[in-house]
Amino acid sequence: MGKQYETVIGLEVHVELATKTKIFCGCSTAFGGAPNTHTCPVCMGMPGSLPVLNGKVLEYAVMVGLAANCEITRYCKFDRKNYFYPDNPQNYQISQLYLPICRDGYVEIETQDGMKRIGIHEIHMEEDAGKLIHDEWEDCTLVDYNRSGVPLIEIVSEPDMRNAQEVIAFLEKLRLLIRYLGASDCKLQEGSMRADVNLSVREAGAQTFGTRTEMKNLNSFKAIQRAIEGERERQIDLLEAGEKVMQETRRWDDAKGCSHAMRSKEDAQDYRYFPDPDLTPIRISEAWLSERRAALPEFRTEKMERFRREYKIPDYDIQIITESRHMADLFEETAAICKEPKKVSNWLMGEMLRLLKEEEKEPEDSGISPAHLAALIMMKEKGEINGTAAKEVFEAMFHTDVDPLLYVEEKGLRLAADTDALQKVLRQVLADNPGSVEDYRGGKEKALGFLVGQTMKVMKGKANPGDVNRMLRELLQR
Amino acid sequence: MKLTDMTAVELGRAIRERKATAMEAVEAVFSVIEEREAQLHCFVTLDREGALRRAKEVQKQIDAGKLSGPLAGVPAGIKDNLCTGGMRTTCASRILENFVPCYTAEAVERLEQAGAVLIGKTNMDEFAMGSTSETSAFGPVKNPWNPAHVPGGSSGGSAAAVAAGECFMALGSDTGGSVRQPASFCGVVGMKPTYGTVSRYGLIAYASSLDQVGTLCRDVTDTAALLEVIASHDTKDSTSIPRRDTDFTASLQDDVAGMKIGIPRDYFTDGLAPEVRRHVLAAAQALREQGADVEEFDLSLVEYAVPAYYTIASAEASSNLERFDGIKYGYRAGDCQELHEMYKKTRSEGFGEEVKRRIMLGSFVLSSGYYDAYYLKALRVKALIRQAFDAAFAKYDVILGPVAPTTAPLLGESLQDPIRMYLGDIYTIAVNLAGLPAISLPCGLDGEGLPVGLQLIGDCFEEKKLLRTAFTYEKARGMFGNCREVK
Repeated sequence: MGKQYETVIGLEVHVELATKTKIFCGCSTAFGGAPNTHTCPVCMGMPGSLPVLNGKVLEYAVMVGLAANCEITRYCKFDRKNYFYPDNPQNYQISQLYLPICRDGYVEIETQDGMKRIGIHEIHMEEDAGKLIHDEWEDCTLVDYNRSGVPLIEIVSEPDMRNAQEVIAFLEKLRLLIRYLGASDCKLQEGSMRADVNLSVREAGAQTFGTRTEMKNLNSFKAIQRAIEGERERQIDLLEAGEKVMQETRRWDDAKGCSHAMRSKEDAQDYRYFPDPDLTPIRISEAWLSERRAALPEFRTEKMERFRREYKIPDYDIQIITESRHMADLFEETAAICKEPKKVSNWLMGEMLRLLKEEEKEPEDSGISPAHLAALIMMKEKGEINGTAAKEVFEAMFHTDVDPLLYVEEKGLRLAADTDALQKVLRQVLADNPGSVEDYRGGKEKALGFLVGQTMKVMKGKANPGDVNRMLRELLQR
Repeated sequence: MKLTDMTAVELGRAIRERKATAMEAVEAVFSVIEEREAQLHCFVTLDREGALRRAKEVQKQIDAGKLSGPLAGVPAGIKDNLCTGGMRTTCASRILENFVPCYTAEAVERLEQAGAVLIGKTNMDEFAMGSTSETSAFGPVKNPWNPAHVPGGSSGGSAAAVAAGECFMALGSDTGGSVRQPASFCGVVGMKPTYGTVSRYGLIAYASSLDQVGTLCRDVTDTAALLEVIASHDTKDSTSIPRRDTDFTASLQDDVAGMKIGIPRDYFTDGLAPEVRRHVLAAAQALREQGADVEEFDLSLVEYAVPAYYTIASAEASSNLERFDGIKYGYRAGDCQELHEMYKKTRSEGFGEEVKRRIMLGSFVLSSGYYDAYYLKALRVKALIRQAFDAAFAKYDVILGPVAPTTAPLLGESLQDPIRMYLGDIYTIAVNLAGLPAISLPCGLDGEGLPVGLQLIGDCFEEKKLLRTAFTYEKARGMFGNCREVK
C-alpha cells in the first residue's frame, strides 16, 4: 500500500474530414439524408467497382501533418484491413498501415509545469464504415451506407500524456489546429472527432510500461476525463489486489460511469493487411509539398503575437478571439473597415460569445459578415441607434446576416436627428415648461437636463440625446 | 459467303454496305447456338430477344449514318465477370447466380457505343479461377474442336463461342493467361493488352494487380479493331493509363523486316509437348522467312513465375472475394441463427472448391507471421521477373514462344491434380506479373486435330509491334481450319 502510480496515456484520434465528397467516390458526405441515398456502386462495395482517391483528402491529411510537425511520407500507399462486418460493404476497410501519410510529429500543449511536447506517431487516411440500425419492431438489422466512404484521418499519439488534463489539452490543441485548417469541424458530440484512449499505469519511476487497455465510446471531454480517472483507478485496484491488467478493448458507459470489456487481445483479429492493388501509390513531389506548406494559415500562436503588436485590445480578448480562426478573421476584417478594434472586440466578446453559448454554436455557424458588423458599429458610434437597438440588430445579423441599415429602417430603430419633427417637439417642450426655461437662462444648468428628459419622453427614446442637448442649447440662446 | 463464316470486321463491312443487317447477324449466330450450345455450353446467359431489339436500334443508327465504326451491328459475347447493367452477371458462381448489376463495365459500355450487339454472357471458370472452364458452377464448357476436351480457361466460354461461331467476337479477362490459353486451345486469336490499357471498372476482380480485359477474335484484324474500341483512359479506374497510341488498326501491316524476335530457351524444356514445340518453332521460321531477325536467348526465372503468381493472385482474391457475404446481394444461406453462421454457411455453400482453395491459400499467405515469407517474397520475385523482361526487351522487339505446354487436355483430367493445372500456366503467367501485352494465335493442329497456339509477348505499350508481327505471321500462315462445321 501507499505506492505511487503514474498513468501513461496515448490516443488514437479519428477526425472526419470536411470534404464535400467521399474519399473514393463522388458521393456527398452531407450528414443526414434518407438511408442509402448518398451511395453509389463504389461506397456500396458492388462487384467490379473501384476506388479513386479524392485529392482533397490527401491535401487535408498533409496539411494536418504539417501543422503537427510531421514528416510527410513522399511515397505512400493505401492498405486493406480485412474483417467481416456488415457496416463494411467490401469486408475490408481501405486504410494505411505500412506507409502512412504522416509520421513522427508533435504538438505542444500547456501544462501546469509549462509547455510540453506530445509526440505524434503517425497520421493515416482511411474510409469510414456505414451504420447498422437495429429495428426492434421487425427484429432485424438494417444497414445505411451513407457514411460508408466518408474520409477520416487517424492521428496516433505517442504514449506521452500522464493525466486527463494533458489529454484534454492535447485534444483541444489538435482541434484548434484542424479547425484553423478548415479540415474538419472536430465535433466530439457529433462524432466528427472521436478519441480512443490507450491507458496503462506503472509504479512511479518505473521504466517499462504496464499492460494497457483501449477505451472506446468517449463522446465528450467530460466523458474522456471520467473514463481516464475510472480506468486509472480500476487498473490500480487490480494491481494492488495482486491481479493483472488484461490487454483488452473496453467500452465506456458514461451514464453508469464505468466500462466493460469488449474484446481481449486473444480475440484480436488478424486483419491480413496488404497494399490495396486498386489504388496506385501516391508520390508526393517537393513542389506540391511546398505549395501546401505555403498555403498553411497563420496558426493561433503567431496570430496572438501579431494581434498584440497590431491592435490595442486586452490580452484576454486576444486569447478568446483567436480560439477560432473564423472569429479572428471576423475581428480583423471588421476592424479594417470600421477602424475600431476595441469596439469590434467588445461585440465579439460580448454579444457574439453570449449567442454562441446560448445556441450551442460554433463561430462559423454564424453568418455575420465583417461589412455588416462594421456598419453596425459605425451606426452605434454615430449615435444613430441606441445600445438596445444595436443588440437587437446584432442578433438578427448573427442569424441571417441582415444588412443593419435596412434592418434599422425597417424596424424604425433609427434615432431622430436634427429634423423638423424634433424641432417641433423641442419648441413644444420649451413652451410647456416656461419655469425651467427661466431657470436655465438664470444660470441653472440642471434645468437643461430636465428639458432633455422631457423631450426624450415625448420622442419615446428615439432621439439622439446629444442632438437634443445641442439643439436645446441653441434654441435657448436665441 | 455465309454470314457466320465472316470475321467481325467483314460482317461489319457487309452491314455498312447493306449486304446484311444486324438482325440477320443475330439470327445467324442464334441458329448456330441452337445447333451447338446444348453440347458446348459456352454461355451462362443468352438474350435472344434483347439482342434482336438492340440489333434493330443499331441498324437504325447505321442507316441514319450515326454509327459507322467497323464493329457496328456485330454480335458479341461478354465474359460473365464483366458487369452488364440489367443483365445477370454470375462469375459462373452460385454466390452470384441471381445477381443483376446496377451498372455496366466500362469496357462493355465502350463496346456498346461502338454498335456491337451483346447476345449473352459467356461461361467461365468460377471467378476466373481455373485453366479449363470446368470450375463453372453451371457446368463445364466443351472444346468445339472436340467436345471430349476442355476449351481452356478461364475465358473458355468466350473462346469456344468465337471458335464455334456462336458469336463473332468476345471479351474475356486475363489474370494469368485466361484469354491467351483458351484462345490457343480453341484456335482463335486472344490478346491481353498492357496492364492499364482497358478499364477494369466493372470487371469483377479476381487479382486486381494482374487482371486485364482482353479480346477473343477470329483473326488479328478483328483483334486490333476490338481492342481499339475497348481501350480507354478511365478516371474511374486508378490503374488506368492515359495512352494516345490506341489506334491499333493502324498497325496491321504485313511487314516484319528487321523486327528482332527473341525465343526464350527456357520455354522449350522437357515439359513442352513435342508437337507444340514443332509448330511454334515452325511459326518462328515463318517469321524469319518474312524478314524478322529471330534468335534464342535465356529469359531466366521462368520456374519462379508460377509460385509467385499463385501467391499474389490468391492473396488479392482472398480479399477481393470478401464482399460476397450474403448481406447486400447474391446468394444467402437460409436458416441461420447469427451473423457469423450466415457468413460461414453462405460462403461455404456459395463458392466452389477451387475458389475456396485459393481463398484459403490467399488468407494464409497474408496472415501475420507469413506475410513477409510469402506475400512480400512473391512481390520481390514479381519485380525480378519484370527486370528479366526489361533486359530482354532491351534486345528484342518481340518474344516468341508457346502459350501452353500442351494442347487442350481431356475433360476431368486437370482438376484431379491442381498443381499440374497450375504448372500449365507457366508460359502465360509471367506476362501478367510484368504487366506486358501478349497475343495468342493459332499456328497448327496436333495429331488429334486440336489447335496449337503461338504466343507473342511485347514490352509495355508495344501492342502495335505485336499486332504487326501477328498480322504478318497470319498472312504467311494462310487460312487456318475452323471448327464451325460439326464433326
